[in-house]
Amino acid sequence: MGQNKNDILQGTLSLLILRTLAARGACHGYGLCGHIQTASEDLLRVEEGSLYPALHRMAQAGLLEASWGLSEKGRRAKFYEITKRGRARLQAEKADWARLTRGVELVLRTS
Amino acid sequence: MSWLKRILNILRSQRLDADLDEELAFHIAERTDELMKNGLTREQASREAQRRFGPYTRQREAARDMDVARSLEAFLEDVRYGLRQLRLNPGFAAVAVLSLALGIGANSGIFQLINALRLKSLPVPNAEHLVAVDVASDFFMSGWTQGRHRIFTYAQFAQMSEQQQAFSGLLAFGTARFNLARGGEARYAQGLYVTPNFLHVAGITPALGQWLAPDTDPRDCSGAGALLNHAFWQREYGGDPSLVGRSISLDGRSFPILGVTPPSFAGLEPARRFDVAVPICADGVFAGDGAGRLANTIAWWLTPIGRLKPGWSVERASAHMRDVSPGVFRGSQPEAYAPDAIERYLANELRVVSARAGVSSLRRDYENPLWILLASTGLVLLIACANLANLLLSRASVREREMALRQAVGASRGRLVAQLMSESLVLACLGAALGAWLAYLLSRGLVFFLTSSGRDLDVALGADWRVSGFTAALALATCLLFGLVPAMRATKGAPVDAMRGGRGSTSGAERYGLRRALVVSQIALSLVLLVGALLFGQSFRNLLATETGIVSDGVLIANVHANVPHLNPESRRAMFRLLEERIDALPDVESSAAVAFAPFSGHGWNESVHADDDAATTGGEIAWLNQIGPGYFQTLKTPLFAGRDFGPQDGANAPRVAIVNEQLARALFGDSDPIGRSFRYEAYVGNADPTYQIVGLVKNTKYGRLREEQRRIAFLPLAQADGDQKERSFVVRARGPFGNVMAGVTRRMAETDPAALVEFSVLDREVKQSASRERLMANLSGGFGLLAALLSALGLYGVMSYRVTRRRSEIGVRMALGAGRGSIRGMVLGEAGRLLFLGLALGLAASIALSRYAESLLFGLAPNDVRTLALGCALLTTVAFVAAWMPVQRATRLDPATNLRDE
Repeated sequence: MGQNKNDILQGTLSLLILRTLAARGACHGYGLCGHIQTASEDLLRVEEGSLYPALHRMAQAGLLEASWGLSEKGRRAKFYEITKRGRARLQAEKADWARLTRGVELVLRTS
Repeated sequence: MSWLKRILNILRSQRLDADLDEELAFHIAERTDELMKNGLTREQASREAQRRFGPYTRQREAARDMDVARSLEAFLEDVRYGLRQLRLNPGFAAVAVLSLALGIGANSGIFQLINALRLKSLPVPNAEHLVAVDVASDFFMSGWTQGRHRIFTYAQFAQMSEQQQAFSGLLAFGTARFNLARGGEARYAQGLYVTPNFLHVAGITPALGQWLAPDTDPRDCSGAGALLNHAFWQREYGGDPSLVGRSISLDGRSFPILGVTPPSFAGLEPARRFDVAVPICADGVFAGDGAGRLANTIAWWLTPIGRLKPGWSVERASAHMRDVSPGVFRGSQPEAYAPDAIERYLANELRVVSARAGVSSLRRDYENPLWILLASTGLVLLIACANLANLLLSRASVREREMALRQAVGASRGRLVAQLMSESLVLACLGAALGAWLAYLLSRGLVFFLTSSGRDLDVALGADWRVSGFTAALALATCLLFGLVPAMRATKGAPVDAMRGGRGSTSGAERYGLRRALVVSQIALSLVLLVGALLFGQSFRNLLATETGIVSDGVLIANVHANVPHLNPESRRAMFRLLEERIDALPDVESSAAVAFAPFSGHGWNESVHADDDAATTGGEIAWLNQIGPGYFQTLKTPLFAGRDFGPQDGANAPRVAIVNEQLARALFGDSDPIGRSFRYEAYVGNADPTYQIVGLVKNTKYGRLREEQRRIAFLPLAQADGDQKERSFVVRARGPFGNVMAGVTRRMAETDPAALVEFSVLDREVKQSASRERLMANLSGGFGLLAALLSALGLYGVMSYRVTRRRSEIGVRMALGAGRGSIRGMVLGEAGRLLFLGLALGLAASIALSRYAESLLFGLAPNDVRTLALGCALLTTVAFVAAWMPVQRATRLDPATNLRDE
């Protein structure tokens, strides 16, 4: 039941994560939350509850690479970086997204 | 790759947890800082940060799920769940584990024997390069043979060694028994005659001392000595390392001990261990003439084993040996053969077979029966699996609601199937563990059985990777066989249907169809096994009931060996005569007689014979001969139909006489009276054919074993025997216990010649042992047949009870509408009968198709014996109706009112 809704959300979330990492380079989970929120002018808020599972799944799939480092405040944090495979996936997802939004827009306009 | 990582993750899951904790702790700390900047207190900020994160542990689990192979952890959990389920149903668990253990144990036990005899490589380096020289199927051989394997003469072996190019070395060995005692009752060691290159070609170096140089001339006996087997060295000498250089007495001759083999090596026969090996030239020492069988071109006694040169395959070597065959046989031509025999001899062809697993006479006799038994145990296991599947299916219907409920709250079907399967896996593993123990007992029991049938066996049974692999594969296969379908079925129902409750589940009919199919196939398989058991059982009974022509009960055989240096042929003869008189005079002896070799002893002698009116020099009838003293037929109670027994008048210088059996008389003279007629047998070139006048006619007797075509037999007087016989047997009909006779004979032996040896056997045992293979088949297949019938009965009982429970309301309605008990009984029995009938029909077809594979093991009946098939059906029908009776009775006792109320 809730499965499907979640899937769409996860699909979008990974697109957002890939896009942010591609533009900004290595970043930790907390930083990603902030960036997505500010970049979307507070329209989008990333749920912490889905962010970390998504990061781990993407790392497993080889889209991201994780390494430990120090944050700006000197705390130990895990930094994620986009891989080559991740960049390819970003292109594909971006295209998918464009097609989807265009399709939705067309439908809305005609009716 | 990612899977590997996941599995690695589970191993370091502790560290991973800490890793994850740290990552999330960072997030919470950052968020807390941010919230504090917005004016919250540290406490408030921290609480808010955590709240936003949601329940912390669930978060952790969700993230961790991605990393760790949850499925592996879930599996362990499932196993625990399975064990818990089984503890809740101890009855079911016991039946399941026991039937699986019986099935797996029987399979694995028989497989152990097959493995030891056929599959296991010899424990020598590169055993796969070892080959045995064999012959084409229409091989001609004639002469004096001794050995358990394919045997050749020394001349042939010498020619092979010289002409072959396929082997880096060619060894040969002959089998023997050496007596270790120096007089009195004999004590035997398993002996080998081996060529000097024996250890070298096998790839073995002695653990102690040394062996002859591989290039020693096999005929040169100057450095001859004994090679002891490691186990024999331990047993006889307590592993004394100073033994090398001392001497050992073999058949009264002393040999220096040269070396001891390493513990792993026990010869080239998988089921036998040699104790002492001597060079082949020692045969000349025992013979007393210095040459023995090495100089005899008609003595067949050596088994050649070669080691392939690098790059040579068995096929290539086989073709090569065929090519050199003409040369080998020309170079080893026996001068004693008549011209037509020479012609056939020269046409002989050699070939080569793999000897990776060694050479074994036991394998030759028992490989087929063992495969048949393995097939039977396979069927038993299938039946057991069908039973378990049935039991699980009935449990599946009970659990249908539980499964539906769990699916409704979100459990995936795969997860549920995995959980149900893990229960099956637990059952299968417990069954296999118990089965491995049963297999241990069974395989040792089988070896004991084979050993007690007059063979000195040493089968290396240990559980190697093949046996363990086989047992594990059986466990997995059975788990899939009986577990998968019920698990799929249990989780198939749409949640809503099952939740709705009641007994009207949609999958009921379909599931019942499957259970019926299982019972039908169980009945069919059981019939196949029962028919097999009956065929083997009757063969064995037929065999024991065959007319042997002798009364074996109460007869003791004393084999006397007088191959001692101080006797010459003349004094040996006199000694045997004296002994014959002394044994006959013993108070506990009813009657006794001397014989060259006892019946059923495994020894034999045949010749081509011609009647007096037949002038042909070749192509006579094959007749089997033996030499006996007076009183032989009286002792064995063989009826003398006409003429007379041998007596003192048939001495060495009297005319040569013979007593023939009916079979030989008919073959030579048809229906006319044989007494007074004569026959001769074809002597070797250069000798006149010896002619014998027939003075007596006896009833047909068995010669070597129960299972033989009636042979043509001629008995000749021992007093007229040519040559020097070093052994003689005495058949003794005892008046009381054998012990008294044995003591008496031993005493008389010591008085007559203290150096001669005696070995006793009981004729009745020898006769029965000649049917040991049939007895094994009868006992084991009988046991498996019984087990199969029992399991099928259980299966039928289960299905019928289930059916009666299911149809309770229908039966209630029928009874309420006035159906009598008789018609209800008829209805339920009819259903059982249909299942039985279908099963029997399928089983009959399978039995008829399969029984021809057992044909060579049957005796006195055809593989498709109608009476046996009918008997099998009748037995199974009886068992089935007994099994169906209880559910039927329950159906008729149902109270209609209660049933309808239940609905």
